[in-house]
Amino acid sequence: MSDVDDIVTSAVEAFGRIADPDELERVKAQFLGKAGSLTAMLKSLGKLAPEERREAGGRINAAKDRIEAALLQRREVLAGAALDARLAEEALDVTLPGRGQGLGGIHPVVRTWQRIESIFGSIGFDIADGPEIETDWYNFTALNNPENHPARSMQDTFYVEGADTAGLPLLLRTHTSPMQVRYACNHRPPIKVIAPGRTYRVDSDATHSPMFHQVEGLWIDENVSFADLKGVYTDFLRRFFETDELQVRFRPSYFPFTEPSAEIDMMFASGPQKGRWLEISGAGQVHPTVVRNFGLDPERYIGFAFGSGLERLSMLRYGIDDLRLFFDGDLSFLKQFR
Amino acid sequence: MQFSEHWLRTFVDPSMNSEELAHLLTMSGLEVESRDPVAPEFSGVVVGEVLSVARHPNADRLNVCEVDVGAGTHLKIVCGAPNVAAGMKVPCARIGATLPGESADKPIVIKAAKMRGEESQGMLCSARELGLSEDHAGLLALDVSAEVGRDVRDLLDLDDHIFNLKLTPNRADCLSLLGVAREVAALTGAPINPPEIATVPATNDAKRPLAGIEANGCGRFTGRLIGNVNAKAATPEWMKQRLVRAGLRSISALVDVTNYVMLELGRPLHVYDLDKLSGGIGVRFGLKGERLKLLNDQLIELDDTVLCIIDDSGPIGLAGIMGGDSTKADLDTRNIYLESAFFHPDVIAGRTRKFNFSSDAAHRFERGVDFENNVPGIERATRLIMDICGGEPGAIEDRVTALPKRPSATMRVARARKVIGVAIEASEMAGIFTRLNFGFVQQGSGYAASFLVTPPSYRFDIAIEEDLIEEVARVHGFERIPANPPLAPAVMRSQSEAHRNAHDLRRLIAAREFTEVINYSFIDEGWEKDFSGNDPIRVHNPIAEQYSVMRGSLLGSLVANLRYNLNRKHDRVRVFELARVYFRDAATVDGPLSVAGLRQPVRLAALAYGSAIEEQWGGETRQVDFFDLKSDVEALLAPGVARFEAATHIAMHPGRSAAIFLDGLRIGFVGELHPRLQQKYELPRPPMIFELDIEPLLLRALPQYQLVSRFPTMTRDISILVAEGVPAQAMLDAMNKARPAFVKDIGLFDLYRGKGVAEGEKSLAFRVVIQDTARTLTDQEADAIKAGLLQILEAQFGAKLRA
Repeated sequence: MSDVDDIVTSAVEAFGRIADPDELERVKAQFLGKAGSLTAMLKSLGKLAPEERREAGGRINAAKDRIEAALLQRREVLAGAALDARLAEEALDVTLPGRGQGLGGIHPVVRTWQRIESIFGSIGFDIADGPEIETDWYNFTALNNPENHPARSMQDTFYVEGADTAGLPLLLRTHTSPMQVRYACNHRPPIKVIAPGRTYRVDSDATHSPMFHQVEGLWIDENVSFADLKGVYTDFLRRFFETDELQVRFRPSYFPFTEPSAEIDMMFASGPQKGRWLEISGAGQVHPTVVRNFGLDPERYIGFAFGSGLERLSMLRYGIDDLRLFFDGDLSFLKQFR
Repeated sequence: MQFSEHWLRTFVDPSMNSEELAHLLTMSGLEVESRDPVAPEFSGVVVGEVLSVARHPNADRLNVCEVDVGAGTHLKIVCGAPNVAAGMKVPCARIGATLPGESADKPIVIKAAKMRGEESQGMLCSARELGLSEDHAGLLALDVSAEVGRDVRDLLDLDDHIFNLKLTPNRADCLSLLGVAREVAALTGAPINPPEIATVPATNDAKRPLAGIEANGCGRFTGRLIGNVNAKAATPEWMKQRLVRAGLRSISALVDVTNYVMLELGRPLHVYDLDKLSGGIGVRFGLKGERLKLLNDQLIELDDTVLCIIDDSGPIGLAGIMGGDSTKADLDTRNIYLESAFFHPDVIAGRTRKFNFSSDAAHRFERGVDFENNVPGIERATRLIMDICGGEPGAIEDRVTALPKRPSATMRVARARKVIGVAIEASEMAGIFTRLNFGFVQQGSGYAASFLVTPPSYRFDIAIEEDLIEEVARVHGFERIPANPPLAPAVMRSQSEAHRNAHDLRRLIAAREFTEVINYSFIDEGWEKDFSGNDPIRVHNPIAEQYSVMRGSLLGSLVANLRYNLNRKHDRVRVFELARVYFRDAATVDGPLSVAGLRQPVRLAALAYGSAIEEQWGGETRQVDFFDLKSDVEALLAPGVARFEAATHIAMHPGRSAAIFLDGLRIGFVGELHPRLQQKYELPRPPMIFELDIEPLLLRALPQYQLVSRFPTMTRDISILVAEGVPAQAMLDAMNKARPAFVKDIGLFDLYRGKGVAEGEKSLAFRVVIQDTARTLTDQEADAIKAGLLQILEAQFGAKLRA
């Protein structure tokens, strides 16, 4: 019965030549179908003796299994080839740019503002915001800076139409310090707050903008010392600039609303500003008169305040060398901050 | 406060170099703003005497000079200066000398040279060649008495530095060399040598008694006449040099002396021409209607807030500020009257700003002048005047009316330690007070120890305990105070989940491709008229006309940003700003965060111009429109749902603008820029803009779980034809009002005009989503709902079902 092996061989060969799945099914019928050659051989078994019949039947069934296996394998090959072809056809140029809307950006001064909020927030400072058109009381007098005081000439003030309830002209706040008073008058110690925002002074040149931003900080409790101020502000600068190499120095200064008062300078250990002392902030222990204006007893409560310019911090942080860029609204500049 | 370091070192000479001295001052609170050498580096330049001048044989403009440079050395030097003359003493750069070049690292080295065939053994120098000034007209002529061969740096004291101090207003005591010297002595322990001041005896019987002195303004008036002075005498070079290095011009001997004593002792003086005075000098407040012509020719109107010096003719000077023109001493003056007064800071403060000028005297008096040095000051000036101008001084008249009190202040050791945060020893505190020349008594001991301190007359900044604590901290050294990590209770804090802040809104809008800008809060009045339309709050003293009003809308600034960027070839601009705007508002009263009569809400405004998305492959480029911006607004408000109602806004296209309502409150507007403004601001296309109050956006509901139905949803679409003028919102409102509970959502998903739709009509399609939480609804029920909703549209809006 070598015919059986021949049929298997010719079936495997025939399947192997076929590339089209439909053709494969048609050719399959030549071997396994009702009119197929194996079927014909099975039908002829009846003529054989029972012994031979069993033996031949077994061989034919085995051949049938082998042909079916070959068929299955060929089907898989053809299906795989078809999938490959389809995938090849569907391939994209994945290097084409993505589509859709892009991303805007936050102003660099506001980025600084947000960082400051998060850094001070991490040790429990609250955030306050308030009016920019202010009264003489909050901007000056409550801060121990009475009328005609020479210290007033340190800050040239914009005045606007209208008067406050005391009859004094309204002004644009020259610093964020009024928020010290507003906040402290409405909270109980421990008072820990920062107040970032817009401030205004009559000053306009390459290094001064008539409008700029400050952040005020205030911590009042029963035992908050000048040494604590040094600790907090030094830590802040090192976190803000993300370097412990930063040197910070405090030198005596004068502000009507703090005593002792300090000017804070910092110095980078590397980078373009390396080795230069840069003024970064004014600070000090809150003056007892101001604490009294908070409605608190200065015998019991002490603490510190500071005020820093956000533009200055932003310029040092991002290497910006021209203050005016912040207020030009130039997209070529602003889009660098995303 | 500017001065020569060498002058300071005649008062106090600590063993530290110039740089260390500057650091010491800065770190004690007298900030050295600049420290500049009076001359650039040069060397080998000596005093040369020109012995002879002969015409150069080969050059018309050159001379060959024989120059004596000392020790018998005569040099032959070719010189082209027009003023060279025999007998002149000039700076002579010898061979090997270095002169300042273009920069410090490129000095000019003088070598032997042949000039047009004649040997030259050095160079005679102009002031410019030595870097002393820009004067290059000729050789620098040195004093004829200068010693030949002496180093010119030494002769002219050129190894000096000019210190410029940026003094804080509390340290008026340091507005003099003596004051700075006292500070240096206190900080270093170096001995102080103030100038010797001797009483100058009267040699003149003439008298000009004082008239009335206003005690409320003038605490002390000290005066003296000096007869027979030579006002034309020349100010000596040493005095001129110190004045010039202090930033003052030499004017005349009499004026120079008063300026010198002011710098030296911090004692402002004034010189009158005695012969121009009518009667005795007095002090009183001005009277309304009086006028006075000042030394600077300014004519001012007086009133009772201004303290005046008067004589029988009326006001002759502004006390402590500036003298008058009518009695000023000039070069022809023979007899003078010297004034050395103390005026209270309160009556001087702020006055010069009112008159819009400044003066050195006012600067000192408004901060506080030592009221114990009136007599020493006038003695010192008398001595100098007599040395320079001669003269016969009369007796000093010294009238004290009311001097400031120097009450003692108590400083508790424990309090000082608590405020500073360092346990400074009481003995160190005592040492500090001693060095500062503060009188004190130490009381008690240990924790209860305290100091009763009396400040000297020149310190106007010491009145309370904190003033003393500051002095202790300052002299102890801020650098020695440790930077403590603070101790505080670790209390957890968080932003309420039902709140968001302005930064959250910034991040949201930035994520929708808007870039943040920061614009000035004061703008051009025209913008305010165009974009806000309200009566703006004007700035009294704007830096420029285009910054003269406080803005009531952010939109004008955004349009300006657009123009700026269009001019710089950005054809797609998307910007936003978050800032306050300012309105008059009679209803606002003074409060924790408010100023009466004003409303200053924070707003968020945005502008979009150009293509809706960046021009990109595979898609049509489309200009941004109203609905793009409306979607940005909706995203900002989510999960809140806004209602938009057609409304007009002064800056927006009346048919393409909407008022935005959130929970019934109008929070802003969105729309297309008004074509009138588009034309006025020369914009090729109209930008889309919105502006919102942020306050209502900061609160948002905490999510509340609603049961998720297990039953399938069903949808029914309703396509209708309706008149063009019927707003979609009205139909949605009507359907929502009537909808059964299991209608989950009704949304508009299609709008069509054109073929198949009659003119004046539009076709709208709504999708109704239906779902019950308890059971599956039947088709019949869904159809009934659809029919019910359609009926509403038909009945209320004349809609027809679209076939």
